[in-house]
This record gives sequence, C-alpha cells and structure tokens, in this order.
Amino acid sequence: MASNTDISERQRIAARRLRVVAGHLQKCVQGEGAGVSAQACKTETPRSSPAKATSVPKRRQDIMKWNGWGYSDSRFLFNKKGQGEFTGKRYRLSGMILPSLKDWFEATFGTSLQHKTPATPTLNVSAVPPPNLVEPFVEELKVAGVAASHDPEGRVFRSHGHCLHEIFALREGRIGRVPDLVVWPNCHNDVVKIVELACKYNVCLMPYGGGTSVSSALECPLEETRSVVSLDTSQMNRILWIDEKNLTVHVEAGIIGQDLERQLNESGYCTGHEPDSMEFSSLGGWVATRASGMKKNIYGNIEDLVVHIKMVTPRGVIEKSCQGPRMSTGPDIHHFIMGSEGTLGVVTEVTMKIRPLPEYQKYGSIVFPNFQQGVSCLREVARQRCAPASIRLMDNEQFQFGHALKPQVSSIFTSFLDGLKKFYITKFKGFEPHHLCVATLLFEGDREKVLQHEKQVYDIAAKFGGLAAGEDNGQRGYMLTFVIAYLRDLGMDYYVIGESFETSVPWDRVLDLCRNVKERIVRECKERGVQFPPFSTCRVTQTYDAGACVYFYFAFNYRGLADPLHVYERVEHEAREEILANGGSLSHHHGVGKLRKEWMREAVSTVGLGMLQSVKEYVDPNNIFGNRNLL
Amino acid sequence: PWRPPSRHAAFSGSTTSPDLRHPGLKKRDELEDMLEERRRSSDARHALRCYAPAVYKGLAPREVSALRGAVLQSDALQHVIGQVSRRELVQEEAAHLLDEMAHRLRLGTVRFFAYVLSKVFKTLFRSVRVNEEGVQRLQQAIQDHPVVLLPSHRSYMDFLMMSYILYTYDLALPVIAAGMDFMSMKVVGEMLRMSGAFFIRRSFGGDKLYWAVFSEYVKTMLRTGYAPIEFFLEGTRSRTGKSLTPKTGLLNIVMEPFFKGEVFDIHLVPVSISYDRILEESLYARELLGVPKPKETTSGLLKARQILREDYGVMHVYFGHPVSVRSLAQGRVKRSQYNLVPRHIPQRPCLAAQALVGEAAFRLVRLQEQAMVLRPWTLVATLLLQNPDGMDLPVLEEQAAWLRRLALSFGAFLDWPDCKPCREVVGAGLALHKNLARVSGGRVRLAVAETPGVGQTAEELAFDRAVGVLSCASYRNQILHVFIRPALLSVALRTANSSRKDEVYTCFNFLWTVFSNEFILCPGASVQDFEEACYLLGKCCAVQESQQDIVMSEGGHATLAFLRALLDPFLQGYQVVCQYLCKETEENLRENKFVPAARNFALQLILAGTLKCYEALSSDLQKNALAALVQLEAVTKVKVGDQVTLKVNRRAASSLEDMLGTF
Repeated sequence: MASNTDISERQRIAARRLRVVAGHLQKCVQGEGAGVSAQACKTETPRSSPAKATSVPKRRQDIMKWNGWGYSDSRFLFNKKGQGEFTGKRYRLSGMILPSLKDWFEATFGTSLQHKTPATPTLNVSAVPPPNLVEPFVEELKVAGVAASHDPEGRVFRSHGHCLHEIFALREGRIGRVPDLVVWPNCHNDVVKIVELACKYNVCLMPYGGGTSVSSALECPLEETRSVVSLDTSQMNRILWIDEKNLTVHVEAGIIGQDLERQLNESGYCTGHEPDSMEFSSLGGWVATRASGMKKNIYGNIEDLVVHIKMVTPRGVIEKSCQGPRMSTGPDIHHFIMGSEGTLGVVTEVTMKIRPLPEYQKYGSIVFPNFQQGVSCLREVARQRCAPASIRLMDNEQFQFGHALKPQVSSIFTSFLDGLKKFYITKFKGFEPHHLCVATLLFEGDREKVLQHEKQVYDIAAKFGGLAAGEDNGQRGYMLTFVIAYLRDLGMDYYVIGESFETSVPWDRVLDLCRNVKERIVRECKERGVQFPPFSTCRVTQTYDAGACVYFYFAFNYRGLADPLHVYERVEHEAREEILANGGSLSHHHGVGKLRKEWMREAVSTVGLGMLQSVKEYVDPNNIFGNRNLL
Repeated sequence: PWRPPSRHAAFSGSTTSPDLRHPGLKKRDELEDMLEERRRSSDARHALRCYAPAVYKGLAPREVSALRGAVLQSDALQHVIGQVSRRELVQEEAAHLLDEMAHRLRLGTVRFFAYVLSKVFKTLFRSVRVNEEGVQRLQQAIQDHPVVLLPSHRSYMDFLMMSYILYTYDLALPVIAAGMDFMSMKVVGEMLRMSGAFFIRRSFGGDKLYWAVFSEYVKTMLRTGYAPIEFFLEGTRSRTGKSLTPKTGLLNIVMEPFFKGEVFDIHLVPVSISYDRILEESLYARELLGVPKPKETTSGLLKARQILREDYGVMHVYFGHPVSVRSLAQGRVKRSQYNLVPRHIPQRPCLAAQALVGEAAFRLVRLQEQAMVLRPWTLVATLLLQNPDGMDLPVLEEQAAWLRRLALSFGAFLDWPDCKPCREVVGAGLALHKNLARVSGGRVRLAVAETPGVGQTAEELAFDRAVGVLSCASYRNQILHVFIRPALLSVALRTANSSRKDEVYTCFNFLWTVFSNEFILCPGASVQDFEEACYLLGKCCAVQESQQDIVMSEGGHATLAFLRALLDPFLQGYQVVCQYLCKETEENLRENKFVPAARNFALQLILAGTLKCYEALSSDLQKNALAALVQLEAVTKVKVGDQVTLKVNRRAASSLEDMLGTF
C-alpha cells in the first residue's frame, strides 16, 4: 500500500513538473515579442546561479547606494540631450531612453533641468561619530566566532531606512546617530549567543534585515546612551528544508525576497509573497512588520503564509511546539511576533507555506472613464471574490506618470498603433483624458483557468464602462512599483522631494478618502508656501472582502522653501490625520516604526497599547531591543 | 499654476477673530449697481442670453430625475424606510414626500423670471447694488467646493433677488429651501419650484421618514455639487428688522457631509440683503400687533401690484467671504468618531459638533449683520423714536451727523454719501419715508395721528400709533447690532453699585442674558462682548478704563444717554411682560393665549396713560421676553397632551421686574 501511494505521489509530482516546464516553454514561445513575465519587472539574475548565492554581501555598500535606493549601477538620469535614461543592466527598463519623462517631469513639478541639487558624492568618513564600544562584549563575540565590524561606512549604511528625511540628510552629507557596531550572525545559535551577551553587557540591539523600512524604524533613538549594535541578518539566508508533502519550506529569516523566490523556483515552487520591496527586503523583516505581497489574493499576506516562527528574545527562544495548520491555544503567539518591529527579539527561522509554480501568468489592464467607476469595479470584483493574483487601480495622475516612463518606440508602426489606441479611447469612446484611469491586472494559474478568469473580470469591468487595454499597459504599471524608489532619487537631483504612504479603508469610504487626502496634500502644500502644486496621486493596490488598501504618492518642488524637510514632514503628518479622520487605518503594511508612533494609542485604544506594553515588559525588561519602535 | 488664491474668512474657533473684535477696521468691498446694465439694454435679450455658469469641479452631471432616483435609492433613506415598517408602502410614501418637496429647476422658467423680474426690479428700485468682488469670490468658491448660500431674510424679495443676481452674473443657480406656505400659491408655487425652490414643511419634528427624505435630498445635492444650496438661517422673515436667532436644523444637515468625510470642505457664504424701504413694512407692523399674516395666494400677489407704484429706493446685496466648514471644525470635531458606524445610519452629532454648529450659526448671522448696508434713514428713525414729541429739523440734522460719527467709530457699514451736506442726506431719507415721518413748520415728528379720527375709538387710535412706531422701529432695529454691546454696557454702568469692572460685568451679564433672545448675542460669548463694548466705548471716549475700574469720562454723557435710551423700549417692554405674568390669575395659562393676553394688558396700560412705550405691544418682543423668562426659570412650560401651558413662578417674575426697573 505504502509504496503504491508513494509511486502515485511521485507520478503526480513528475506530471506537475512536466506541466510547469511545458508552461515555461510555452511562455518562451509566445513571449518572444511581448516578453511578458512576472519576473521581467524585477532584477534579472542569471538562472544558473548556485543555490547558495549570497546576493547580499556583508559590505552592502559595494553594490548598493549609500545615499539612495537600490543598486549602485542602476539609476535614472537626464542625459545631455535632456532625455530620461535608466542605467545598468538589471531591469527591463535598463539602458532604455524614456523620451517623454523630461516633459512630464518639468510639467508636473514646474522644475527645470537647469536647477540641480546634486547629492554629496562620497561619504565623509570623518563625519561619522567614533563608535562607543563595550570592549568585553566585543571580545566575547570574537571568542564566539561571530563576525563584527565597526567600519564607519557599514555603520552609516545601517543607520537608516528609506524615509525621505533619512535619504535627504545623507545626500546632504549629514550623519546622525549611527550604530556603534555591526554583527553578522550565521545561524540561529549565533543569534542566541549575541542576545545573551547583549543582556550580559546591557548593549542595545537593533535587528537589521533588508534596510527598506519607511517608518523610521531603523533610526537609532537619539536618547539611547548605551552602545548600539546593528544585528545584520543577511548571512542567515539558507533554505533549511522543503517539505513537499505539506508544501512548506523552512528558511533562515535573513534571506531576501528575490533569493527565496529564485531558489524555490528552481525546485518548482514559490511562496508567492511579493512585496514591492522584495528585491531587498528580508523574510524576518516581513514577519516583524506584517508585510503584504502584491499577489496576496492567491497566496495571502505574511500572516496567512507563516506556519511557524522562531524568535530569540532576552527571555529566551519563543516558538510553537508543532506545525499544525491552525490552533485554538489561546491568542496566537505569532501575533505578538508579527508586527513587533524588532522590539521583542530577532526572528531567526520561519516555516512558510509554498505553492507549485503557476504554469501560466498573464498581465492585463482595463481603462475606466473615471476613478469612481474603477473603484466600483474593484468593489464588485471583491464582492464576487474573483480578484486576480493582483489588481490595482491607478488614478489619472498616476496613469499619466506611467506613460511618461514609456521607452522609445522603435517602429513607426508601434507609435501609429499607440496613437490609434488613444484616439479610440478618448474620441470614439468619449473618455476624458484627464479623468480616465487604469487598472492593472496579473492572472496566475493554469492556462485555461487564467483565460476563463480573465474573461470573468473583463465582463465585470465592462459593466462599469471599463475597456480592456492590453497586457503592455498592465506590465508597465507593475514596473512602476519597482522603479519608483529609483525615480525619487532622480527627483531629489532636481529640487523634488516625495514619499509614498499607505492605508486600508472600508469600501464605502475609499473614494472619499482618496479625494480628501489628495486634496489635503494640495492644500497643505499651498498653505506652507510650496510654489507649485504638488504631485498628489493614489492607487488602490489591494482588495479585501471588507475594504481596500490605498497607496499614495506625493512629491513637490521645494525651490524657494527655507526648510523643505519640515514642510514635507508637516504635510505628511496632516495627510495621515486626514486618513484617520476618513476612516483609514494607521498602516496597511509599512508598519508604525517611530514615524507613526504618536497615533498608536488612538489606533488601538489605551488598553490595547497597555497590553502591548506589558508584553514588552515581560519579554525585554531591560529594553535590550531598544529601537523604540511601535510603543 | 496655482489658481488665484481664494481667501477664506474662516474665523477661529472659540475666540473672537480680530475682524469681529474691531469691526471698524474691516475693509469692505465696493458696491456696483447691477440694474444699470438692465436699464440700458434689452431685458428680453438678457433673459435669453447664453447661460453657462462655472460649476463645482467634482460635479457628477445629473438630471433632475436622476437626482430623485439617487435620493430614493440612497442607503440612508433605505435604512430609515426599513426601520419605519413595511417597505413597499413606505417606499411609495417616501417617493410622494420627495415629489412634494423637490424642485424642478428649468432654465425656461428661470429665463421667464429673468425677464419679468428685470421689469419689476427696475420699477421698484432706483438701483440694486452688489459687491462684485463678492460675486467673484463666490464664483471661485462654487468651483472649489459645495457652497451653501445663507442670505438674511427681510422680505419675499430676498430669494427672488438672489436667484436673479446669480443668473445675471452667470453663477450656478441655487436650490432654495422654502416654506410650504408658498406651495399653496397655485401657479406661482409651481413656477418657484421650476426656478429652483424646494418646499419643506414648517414642522416635522417627530416624522422620521420626512426627516430622512428631506435631509437625504439636501445632502445628495450638496455632496454631488449639484447646485449651491440656499436657505435662511433665521428660518423666517424678520418682521422687526433685527436678525432672528438662527435655527440650526438645516445647518446641521449641510455640515454633516463634511463631518462624515463625504466632501473635502463646504463653503458657507453669508449674504446680507438690505432695503431702503421694505415692501412689507406696514404689513409687518400689523402682524406684530396681531393682525394675522395674509395667506400667500396668487390673487393676493396680484393685488399687491399697487406696491409697484411706490419708490423703494436702493437695495443692497453684499456677498460675504466664504466660511470654510473645514476651518471651523479644525481641532474641534473629531471626524474619526464616524468611523465605526456605516455613514448612512443616522447618528446624533456629538456634543462638540452640536456646539460647533450652534456657534457657527450665530457667527454667520453676525457676519450677515455686519455686512448689512445701513442707510442714513436708520439713524434718523432712531433719533425720532427717542424724541416722540418731534425735533427741530436743524437739531435733527446736527444729531444725525453726531450719530453718524458714533456709528462709524463702532464700525457700522453706513452708506452715507461723503460729498453731500448733511441736510440733503437727512432730507432724502425723510422724503423716501414720508409715510413714517412728517415735516411741518421746520419740525420733524413721527407720522402718527394725534387725535382720533372720525368714528375711531381710542383703541383704534392707539393701534394706528403703534403701527407707525413699530414701522419706524423696524428701521432703527437695523442699526441696533452696531450699538447693542455698548448699550448694554451703558445701562450696566449706571446701575452697577460701583465702577469696579467685575461689578459692572455682573450687571452687564445679567442684561446680556435677559436679552439673549432679543439680539444676536453668541451663546457663551458674554465676556468677549463685554470686552468689545469696553473697547468701543473707550474708543469713542465715553468711558475710561483702568486695571480695575471703568468710569464714564467727562464728555461721555451724551453718548451713554443715547445708548441707554436705545435699550429703553426693550427694558420697558420686558417689564410689562413680567407685570402681566405676575397679575395673570389663571393658573394654567395656555401658551397660545399668552401673546394676545400680554398685548391686551399692555394696551390697557397705554390707554390708561401709564405706559408710553408702544413697542411693548409687539408680539416679537413679548415672545422674546417669554423665552428669556423660561431661560431664567421664572416660567416653566408644561406640555399636557397637545397643549403647552405656562407655569409662572410669580416671585421670580416679580423680582425680575424689579430688577429691570432699576435699570
């Protein structure tokens, strides 16, 4: 009997693998021209890389910018002809000319390419404060064999996330409080040792994963007088085992998103968890901030994906005794860990669900006459619970933004086709170019089901005046999320500063919240002396049964402002107030960090806050994990 | 790239803004005559011209019929219908209520009105002067946010004129909340409906469904930016020329979409409409004396044609600065309180929101008052009322010139031509109001009969006189808001035991409380009002202030005496009401019997010669006095079945009378 099952099991797996491979082949064949593939938007690393490829070296500054987003070799610039260009070879957009970027940029922000605000080119090491080291602690670490360094560049690199104010300061060469030491544990036991020693010598530990925080979570608290040690998890990046029977994977928490997916893909699996930051963010970071992935409609958010978590705290290791899929054992202790933002301990290992790689993927897009119709359509899709892997609705401003990133078209025929499409939509269908908006879609699964699903969604869209607008538009929409952070650096070269922030809100308030927050931003900018109307735009990025996640981009030209950062911070603050006043949440997936702490009491009530505080007091009475996030 | 900045006259929450504290400093817009153009070019062409107003930027274009569907199918209305009882029946009733209520704005009718009203207004008025800067501000406001127009209400002409002006300046036509009484005017009612009026019942306190239909109708129009909403904060036409205590019901409704986040902001635009002569002048006086208001009928309107033969002078319309509800609510109302209940479910506004709406209502009425153009005649009428035996013309002129200076120093928006000599200005007023004041032998006096006419009883004579006095008082009342705070202080100064500020304030506060129904005194603002009064009297050198004390200055006698005399009729009138209540023997006085009985009591005193103050006969004053007595707990209202009876606490009423007597 047993062997029988085994055989049939093996056969099933083999058949599935075959299907997957066939799917890839098919994709290659038909993808020749369109080049449609989910991975295409993100970094393309050669397939042949060894299983244990470390894409994050200890010296991150060797491949990544010290004062901006992402890889050093990839950046936007305006070339001598004034054309937009994206350098490097990593992305689909890399090496391409973006002819309409300049006009859009100048018209949107009222800037001129004549007026530059270049960043300080290199880090002035002498400006970095000398490390405050606890010698016996360092000694014992050495004895324990844990890698450590107090190299100034490495410390500066780990002193910040990617909030605007953090990057802005670095570009101006301003260095604030930085960690005194960086340590690189290799495994769970190393972490146990480090935490023990930290407790022994009363050293402040700050876990550091991908460094993509946008909530000031990685800033060293100014009031911290102890030695601050940045615990870099990047070397704990192995997949420890894959359990194909239960479809789970056990991974060290320092692994970053793209490595995890690539390595799983090689075995025919994926987690399906794809936050926009997945090129750089780490599994431990996702758990610590309650991350959300683009394809959560199929795979779920991090809290749905996690089966087991191991975390090292000053009190010891916390974990569950089994991997049962659901338990009724009091409040789920995972929920003390998820969203704890590094205040309780270090997540070292995680068991996650995996899924077989989908055999087929397809992008799509729908044009709506206006944002309101688009939201109604998304609401209906959610009501019928037929959301594709991803469905996002961009407002008009963002749609135009996306268009500004269209690469140079090679043939007259393509540009003719574009013109024809535009004519059809605006003239023939009567869509107002300044009102229309577009939804981008990503379908995944087996081919037949995808096509069927696609039809269902387009049929719903038609009821709300939506017109299918092609795969290309859809794919460009997703590309935007990976390059937006690079674009911010370009803006900062020309007096433009900006940021994104997010919320979640019940369906019936989506439209009101979007309108009011965008308008509040415009008004606050005006009242604070911003000379040119800001870029204030939003998109609905996730649908849920009872509401949606809304993402805002906001940027403005700061020429003529005495203290642009202060203006920026006030406007962001007021925008958050507006979100809360309109029934939006404090955060959908960015977390609270130190940036949004002031609203925590209001968000979870005094009793709720007290509960969290008492957990902190029990787990970490001496505030070893002293990043002071959240509470 | 920014559009021209639209300025918001948002006033700060709890403290009085500098504008209100020192109204004299306020810069006011120039006024232009809008009829001038009409006198030069064709009315027909005006009525037929291309009308393409700027609309709200977020407007979702909508037909009148679609509006009806949107209201009837709205979650809010469906929720209430579901609560009331069997759905189908109620749904039908709701549709019926909506049809009874809804406007049916048609451009054709508007054009018809534009033509007819051009003719009518040109006959009635020498000119209609409008602040065009205000019109431009309004145009900007309409594009930015939903707008609520809040005109003052002195005459039926008000809303006709409002729509006419908006049409003339190519602004979006408002939908106007009108009382149901108009609907009974057959053709005219329908025509008003087609020019944007919608009709609401005067009272529907307990009717949940009616309330739901009504409030959803208004809110739907507001949220979608369908049209500016216009209604009268005072609720009804003021018969006395004074602003009435604002009603907050509709204001609550129109502010709610902001509290619930359904709109980014709402602009409230106070509009001050003032008349040289009010069309309903003597009608109002008679109404105040108990002659019932004529029912609005079409034939009645036709009979009123004789009105067209008279000269009504100049009309002034002043569009105030838009007041942003968002700025008003800033830091005062937590909008997140609405997060936990679906917004279509009716929710009682929180105390902070209620307080805010109440306060806003008073302040808006004050803004109306302050931008009301005052004509020299109002000063003349004030002086004549204080001198019932008449005045020599030169004396009157001299005093008018003095009063003009005083009014201006108190910040009055006085339209007194600088270039003309005082004699001419006073003369023009007397000429326009020859029915109220008579000049004979160089002496001016109120045009009231001295001796009974043939077959006239003493009562009828007294009634005639009262009509004259009350008509005249309606002009004096227009200027009272300028003087009221200093006047209260003047009276308090004389009565207070010492000149210590706190004692003077105690007296001031007592009077302030007693008269809080009579005049627009913002609730809870007695300290600010006291300070304002001190400031104004100090400014015109009538008093001197030190750290502790406040005393009359040497030359202040005339000013203070004048101001005290202003309040005199009200003090006397309130005393008479107290006397009446003390003497009234009936145990359970029905509320609806109160006014006639009090009037009769006052009339007897007048006939007996013990009372000279005809204003004590005014039902408005009597009602306000009663409200004050209820507030001071000298009278309690008891509801038995449908009847409301008044229980008088005689001790309290008589001590109040004594107190008033000391002033």
